[in-house]
Amino acid sequence: MAEQQLMINGVTKRFGGVVANDDITLAVPQGRIIGLIGPNGSGKTTLFNSIVGYHPVDNGSIRFEGKEISGMRVPEIARLGLLRTFQQTRIYGKMTCVENMQISVPHTHESFRTMFSKYPPEVTEKAESLLEFVGLYAKRHLMAGDLSFGQQKLLEFAMALMNEPKMMLLDEPTAGVNPTLINGLIERLKRTNADLGITLFVIEHNMRAIMNLAEHIYCLAHGQLLTGGPPDEIQKDQKVIDAYLGAQ
Amino acid sequence: MKSMGQKSVFYGVIVILSLIVPWLLPAYQTQLAFLWVMVVFALTWDVVGGQMGYNSFGNIVFFGIGMYVTAVIQRNMHFDIEEYVHVAGRVETLTPVQYLEGLFLGMGAGVVVAVVIAAGLGACILAMGMRGQYFGICTLGLGVAAGELANGWEYIGAGSGLVTPVFPDQLGQRGAFFYYIFFILAVIAFLTLRYLYAGRFGLAINAIRDDEDKAEAMGIHTTRYKIIAWCISAFFLSLVGGGAGHLIGFIDPTEVAFAGATFGVWMILMAILGGKGTLWGPVIGAVIFHITQELFWTYLFGWQRVALGALIVAIVVFFPMGIMGWMRERWPERFGHRVEEREAFSASKGGG
Repeated sequence: MAEQQLMINGVTKRFGGVVANDDITLAVPQGRIIGLIGPNGSGKTTLFNSIVGYHPVDNGSIRFEGKEISGMRVPEIARLGLLRTFQQTRIYGKMTCVENMQISVPHTHESFRTMFSKYPPEVTEKAESLLEFVGLYAKRHLMAGDLSFGQQKLLEFAMALMNEPKMMLLDEPTAGVNPTLINGLIERLKRTNADLGITLFVIEHNMRAIMNLAEHIYCLAHGQLLTGGPPDEIQKDQKVIDAYLGAQ
Repeated sequence: MKSMGQKSVFYGVIVILSLIVPWLLPAYQTQLAFLWVMVVFALTWDVVGGQMGYNSFGNIVFFGIGMYVTAVIQRNMHFDIEEYVHVAGRVETLTPVQYLEGLFLGMGAGVVVAVVIAAGLGACILAMGMRGQYFGICTLGLGVAAGELANGWEYIGAGSGLVTPVFPDQLGQRGAFFYYIFFILAVIAFLTLRYLYAGRFGLAINAIRDDEDKAEAMGIHTTRYKIIAWCISAFFLSLVGGGAGHLIGFIDPTEVAFAGATFGVWMILMAILGGKGTLWGPVIGAVIFHITQELFWTYLFGWQRVALGALIVAIVVFFPMGIMGWMRERWPERFGHRVEEREAFSASKGGG
């Protein structure tokens, strides 16, 4: 397999006797939208956690842009441009939306001077235009913790964009979002990928959303990689159907 | 929202009042000097405990370090060490120049030592990822350990403490002299923190307080920010410590320098009383707490510790959010986050 932006090779992660990820090998090519599906407990979030350095892997290698990242710490990996959002949305609740955005600027080249400086107007402008992009401009001076769950999800997405990542790992971006907002969200994800060239690797339970969004989908079951392919093939794949319906 | 004019009048009144108050109340100069020490206590505790959400019970360590380093430098510059230890209490008077030299050089050295120790401790405790209650307990241990070390170290007077030189008469009154030193330090601390909280540093430590895992996942240099916040606390605490040792005149290792049960607890209470995580909260909390405490001492003598204990309970029970927090809730349009015209307009259009 040729070198891709994200290469996961033979990754195994155990929690005591439970094998959460068993010898997983997959690749995410640059500039694409790749999906990751699987029944509850199949190891999707564990795989994401392994990729971003939240816990060490027991076996295997994870390479991002040709660089081995499996031994690196969470903030170091984030600064390489590999960013994740959380399944349980996480924002800074006691700060305003604009402040949430300002602190999300890239931290890759941070000198002591920038650590103690105020934000230049460009940063605030960018923060406000991204808040406009996700439809939160009018709420920009409210405390992020006072927003509804769906709005927090949008804010978290905007914060990720503010960080100018090369690749985003999105953990269930549509979970808990009002069905009428889901279409708008999918549209924004597609525009992010098309206009900004950010690679997206998406965990999703909403089948209609992921089939519409991703170009290629991997399916996990019981910690193992079941199959991978284009959405229409995955939908017809008997192994995937069995995994979801509970056949062993 | 206060206009610029109102704001400068407000600051002006505070500064002028602060400058003349030692002459209006000459009998209380020492207590007033300690008022500013309390303000620095609360402000510096709040950097780590309030704005960053790391409850530290060990900040008193840096106060004690500043105090001891200043006193030791003053002593070593002007006296024979052996002799000084043995004649403690009957020290020859220094000339004003000697006294000031020793004091300021000592305070400078105290800052360096305290900040280096803060960075070292930070690299051990914070960089290891110690959080929450574990961090609190660990810092509590630091405070106790520092007191015990000072208690057993002969070079700095051990358990019998260290006497600082007599204040030279030519410099005026001791209380007033230190009043102005502490006032200047408190103003510098306040302005420094006001500047830092308005920029990237303030938002970064707030982000750590709200969700440290998220801050890490967003690539923020969390360890670096945490250690720097701790060092900023140490910086100002060691400076007031150096002055406070000379004002009190006698440094007891556990009752004055590493006084975790009094100063160490008060700095937390003052910040909570005023409202932790706010700029003005610690200042207001320190002023109210210090005045109340002095009144207890004057009017309830014999019961002052009981009254203080009751006050502490009342603070924790009735003001969990502090005075600033309470005011923000009571008058959100005045103290809370501002609502702009433009925002109201776009909201009325149905945006968001």
